[in-house]
Amino acid sequence: MNENPAALLPELFLLGAAVVGLLLGAWLPRDRQWLVRLLAAAAALAGLVATAVAATRPDELVFGTSYAVDIPTHATRAIVLVAVLVALALSVDSTAGHRRETEFVVLVQLGALGTILLGGANDLLLLLAAFLLASVPFYALAGWDKTSLGTEAAMKYYLSGAFLGVAMLTGVAILYGVGRTTGYGPLREGLAAAPVAAAGVGLVAVLAGLLFKVGGVPGHFWVPDVTDGTPPAVAAIVTTIPKIGGLVAMYRLLVVAVPADALDWPLLVAVLAAVSMTLGNLAAFFQTTVQRLLAYSTISQVGYLLIVVAVAGRADLAQPALLYYVAGYAVTNLGAFAVVAEFPHARTVEDYRGMARRNPALAVALAVCLFGLIGTPPTAVFVGKLVVFTAAVDGGFAWLAILAIVNTVASVFYYLRWIAPTFRGADFDPVALQPAGTWSAVAAYTCAAVAVVLGVLGGLVLPLLVTPPIPM
Amino acid sequence: MLSVIVFLPAVVAAALLLVPATAPRRVFTGAWVAVSAVDLALVVAVWLAPGSGFRFEERVAWMPSVGISYHVGVDGISLPLVALTAVLFLACSVFALRETRRVKSYVALFLALQAVSLGLFVALDLILFFLFFDLSIVFMYFLIAGWGHGERARAAALKFFLYTFLGSLALLLGFIVLYLAAEPHTFDIVELIAADPLAGGGPAAALALLAIGVGLAVKTPTVPFHTWLPPAHTEAPATGSAILAAILLKMGTYGFVRIAMPILPDAWRQYAVVAVVVGVVSVLYGALVALAQTDVKRMIAYTSVNHMGYVILGVGAAGILAGSDEQARQLATTGAVTQMVAHGLITGALFLLTGVLYDRGRTYDMAAYSGLAARTPLFAGVFAVAAFASLGLPGFAGFIAEFQIFTGALASAPVATALAVAGILVTAALFLRALQRVFLGPERLPDAPGTPRPFADLHPSETAAIVGLLALATVIGILPRFLLDVIEPASRALVELVAR
Repeated sequence: MNENPAALLPELFLLGAAVVGLLLGAWLPRDRQWLVRLLAAAAALAGLVATAVAATRPDELVFGTSYAVDIPTHATRAIVLVAVLVALALSVDSTAGHRRETEFVVLVQLGALGTILLGGANDLLLLLAAFLLASVPFYALAGWDKTSLGTEAAMKYYLSGAFLGVAMLTGVAILYGVGRTTGYGPLREGLAAAPVAAAGVGLVAVLAGLLFKVGGVPGHFWVPDVTDGTPPAVAAIVTTIPKIGGLVAMYRLLVVAVPADALDWPLLVAVLAAVSMTLGNLAAFFQTTVQRLLAYSTISQVGYLLIVVAVAGRADLAQPALLYYVAGYAVTNLGAFAVVAEFPHARTVEDYRGMARRNPALAVALAVCLFGLIGTPPTAVFVGKLVVFTAAVDGGFAWLAILAIVNTVASVFYYLRWIAPTFRGADFDPVALQPAGTWSAVAAYTCAAVAVVLGVLGGLVLPLLVTPPIPM
Repeated sequence: MLSVIVFLPAVVAAALLLVPATAPRRVFTGAWVAVSAVDLALVVAVWLAPGSGFRFEERVAWMPSVGISYHVGVDGISLPLVALTAVLFLACSVFALRETRRVKSYVALFLALQAVSLGLFVALDLILFFLFFDLSIVFMYFLIAGWGHGERARAAALKFFLYTFLGSLALLLGFIVLYLAAEPHTFDIVELIAADPLAGGGPAAALALLAIGVGLAVKTPTVPFHTWLPPAHTEAPATGSAILAAILLKMGTYGFVRIAMPILPDAWRQYAVVAVVVGVVSVLYGALVALAQTDVKRMIAYTSVNHMGYVILGVGAAGILAGSDEQARQLATTGAVTQMVAHGLITGALFLLTGVLYDRGRTYDMAAYSGLAARTPLFAGVFAVAAFASLGLPGFAGFIAEFQIFTGALASAPVATALAVAGILVTAALFLRALQRVFLGPERLPDAPGTPRPFADLHPSETAAIVGLLALATVIGILPRFLLDVIEPASRALVELVAR
């Protein structure tokens, strides 16, 4: 049998470190809880090594056909683990020595584990399990702070997640009913012969759950409240990490399990992409708090990412575009949030006035990340957008590429609303711009640097992402 | 060699960022002047090196899986613009010796801008071109917002960014269409020219040309995409306006001769008449609106619309085969390239001169000044020379360029050319009127807050910067062969590509 646990080494590292960390944290004194964080970082690094080793081996399906170990999974693992490392670093200043520091670290690890499973799931039931594992820890994380806003955010997050999770469960049941299997490969044949209406309803319901995970319209209602209501470190994590696995899961589900000639899902996803980016951008326009601004920006970024999902399987560049854009988005978004975490008292864009005076290097890092989110070369998101647009035009969705371009221009406006005060004026408010510590700043510098390096070295990374998911 | 020219300013900018801002400002300005001088020397060395076609080519695979490479090289079309860039930045560095506001970031931004401008003119890959195109927008945004005139500058900077960024993304869309049309897929300009992927026209070619044309037209700018230009120019610092007018606008027109014409020859021939019409409208509209201005800097900004209109007319005429021989089309193309250089030198000088005016009187309003010639004879003299050069008086570079454009375009577009010539008359009128208002008559100075200050004549550094530019414009006007010898072979090749 192919029930080889060694194929799941990165996942097992995360799980093991989470369990050991939880036990460790139960008896460690408060000022020693950093050991748990260290353990988590070590597990993530070990997971990266295991991912690199696994990537040299041929693709395979393990545990029956339920879990795929192929390029999309390797990429998901690598991106999520790097994001975990960054998240652990950028949260040091706000969580170190906290009563619940261990819980914070363990929740991040468990959520990341669920996210990786989402990316690799090759079976509807595993997809559902991964969805729950990627959701529940993050609900708890949203309420981790125990402030009234945080509790409200967690509540909203949980309720919308529960609702759309049930929808997803229904969808899985329907697809199983009409396709007579839950494995992606056989499901393709089953759905080809299934009644279109039932299969369509089932697929839409499953996609609803995944859209909740990635924060795309119409599953986006939690995004602004959770992002704005939680500490910057938590906001960074919930807007970045679940997206990675969620988008790969969507891509894999649509490419492997759903025949495009039976159901017109490309158009459905294209419309979702168009609505996500447009709505996110329009709502971001006049936001004054930085976390809310980033929340809407993340909705619009999901829109750009969904473009490639819409052309999945129809354009050669779709898969490298998706994985590369996800990677670029993850570091860039985490970098922007790292700056926010560095100045926890600066809530509004105006609070950043004169930041370049006080801390020029950090201002440059922020500018790099925000211009990166716009998609200015030579950052990673630019290369991502370039391949996304190319894939869209190639896949017959030129109108979507044009809409994305118009949206990109519109997005410049609100990103500049934040950049402009940062570089303006000689005076700054020392209370608002009270730095939290060095770790967040270091995380911001690292992310900004990686965003640029990844953009310049795109040529090395893109060819690694080409091999499509294995079909059976 | 070209990579050294391009990245030297960027490397020095990065090094300067490590120097503490409290260092004497001479460290920064001095470094800038030195780097610009070295860069210019290197460009001169490239200029003097023999060869034809694309020279000093360097090509390194960058993102081979999507057909992107780091590919640079110069030919007779790009070399004059590279040289223009080096000259202009040297002039601005000398002019900026007296700058006192946040000198460190100012110099670093200009050096970065210098690197991307040079990079754009040597780029032989569409994505490389786009990269420099976009970065020029980012750096210029910070220059206008950071060193412009207060709150209005930030609005102007935002408008500038949004407009030109939209243009750049339209450009990107066009590039993607070209990329997908080419087999094998590539973004390499030389390969695309050879492949002529959209030969025969058709909707895809029209779409690509539309996207690229709009993108470049915004940057050029032509009517009706010019509305970002007057506020950006008026609110930017003098050196920023000079670079914006002299270099950044050329990125648009350069794109036409480097990308649109050779890669899309069929579509270009098909729609060349659109370029001719847009060019003539820009010429006349720019001149007439400039005539109506009371703000001297705004007036010069609108004359840019007018002058870039001649360039568009020239490249449009080069695409109309009927009724013209190859020599005429070549003349129009050469004239268009020459006009880019001439306009860069002359308008750069004019914008630096308005900077002098603002520095002394804190306003650009022509009505606030009168009779300056008596108090500042040198300033008045240099301004007069620059104005005459700009209105196309023989003996200056602008005349050579416009003469060639008109002669080359007359056969294929007689009506348009005749109308465009009238533009010269209007510019002559508006410059003479401005000279008369500001420099002649009874002496009157604006009583801005902080006056009376001495309304000083040109400082040596200002004189050196401005006179240097005008001297070069005069040399080209009297002895144009050294420039035309470089441009003509390349424009012959270009005209052959368009006619194929």
